[in-house]
Amino acid sequence: MHEMSLCEGILQIIETEAQQQQFTEVKQIILDIGVLSGVEISALKFAFDVVMRGSIAEKASLKINEITAQAWCMQCAKTITIKQRYDACPDCDSYQLQVSSGDEMKIKELEVN
Amino acid sequence: MCTTCGCASGEVQIEGHDHHHGHSHDHSHSHEHGHDHEHEHDHDHDHDHDQQDLHYGHGPAHAHAPGLSQSRMIEIEQNILSKNDQYAQQNRLYFTENGILSLNLVSSPGSGKTSLLTHTINHLKEDYALSVIEGDQQTTNDADRIRETGVSAIQINTGKGCHLDAHMIGHAITNLAPEKGGIVFIENVGNLVCPAAFDLGEAHKVAILSVTEGEDKPLKYPDMFFAADLMLLNKIDLLPHLNFDVEKCMQYARQVNPKIQILQVSATSGEGMDDWYQWLKTTRQMKLIGRSDILLSETSSI
Repeated sequence: MHEMSLCEGILQIIETEAQQQQFTEVKQIILDIGVLSGVEISALKFAFDVVMRGSIAEKASLKINEITAQAWCMQCAKTITIKQRYDACPDCDSYQLQVSSGDEMKIKELEVN
Repeated sequence: MCTTCGCASGEVQIEGHDHHHGHSHDHSHSHEHGHDHEHEHDHDHDHDHDQQDLHYGHGPAHAHAPGLSQSRMIEIEQNILSKNDQYAQQNRLYFTENGILSLNLVSSPGSGKTSLLTHTINHLKEDYALSVIEGDQQTTNDADRIRETGVSAIQINTGKGCHLDAHMIGHAITNLAPEKGGIVFIENVGNLVCPAAFDLGEAHKVAILSVTEGEDKPLKYPDMFFAADLMLLNKIDLLPHLNFDVEKCMQYARQVNPKIQILQVSATSGEGMDDWYQWLKTTRQMKLIGRSDILLSETSSI
């Protein structure tokens, strides 16, 4: 349930960017959220509307790119796709995996006026 | 809002932290835009220009081609928690410069964190400079329990918040002023979900799991056990009365995080606690390699 804090973080970044890049309205926010990031997308969307109210991003729409999780299997020496942190390698059943993507939580792009 | 650092004070209360930052606001912006626009349109203005306003019409500014919208895309590529991570980095720098070992203790509510901590403090307080940052939604009960041991503690009440963040810790450190070469324990809010994502600038996250909770907790809350470097399996004195499979629990934890270290302890009976103290001493010693400034003053005082 820290989606509220995440949205506050998003707003902070937007407000800083608004000063630097001279814009007054945000039309769209594009986020990259990895499946391992622990972010509940529906909770994020709900918190987003609440947090953005009264801000320059009040009317902004939210687009979320869900990033799949990939890991490097040390036994097979190749990249595999996983769904959870505790997944084993589908080929060799090893848990010696180095997660390489899937924990992203970032603002990718803003469409602004 | 705290204007020094931009923190929304909200409902967060840090003992001894009242927002009196003495600083003045003198901003002087000089905006000089060197735009030279040559418009060759015929404008019919039927309103009065009382002042010399600049008026670019009501359409998109600077956009002269029809159909071209004023909106633009900006590449941000910034981590949502980047603000927190910046504060965490400052905290980490502070801890490193002062040779302080900082540990972020995370667990669900009722795992016995505070009892484990008071036992640890009583055992180590003669030899090390210890201090504690306590995080709870409300009350100063935990900080009071720590202070009874004679060690300095500060309570952070997160209000509606479900976790501590690096910025709160930054303020707490300022108020607490921990000693060089000491150990700072940060007892996070009892929650196995949110604190996993927030770096506080600590050296290690230590997850505490009690045997009354169920052995599959590492699988149910994988993010936390993945983020932790050490897991303390607490209350093992109760094992004879429970159907808790220790082996299975450790296997689940290693499944989520192959590198995690696991110690079995009981704060109440003292079983296994020596291993934990040993871990603390060794980890601190590792932090102080190359820090002759701190180590030398220690040997001279002993």
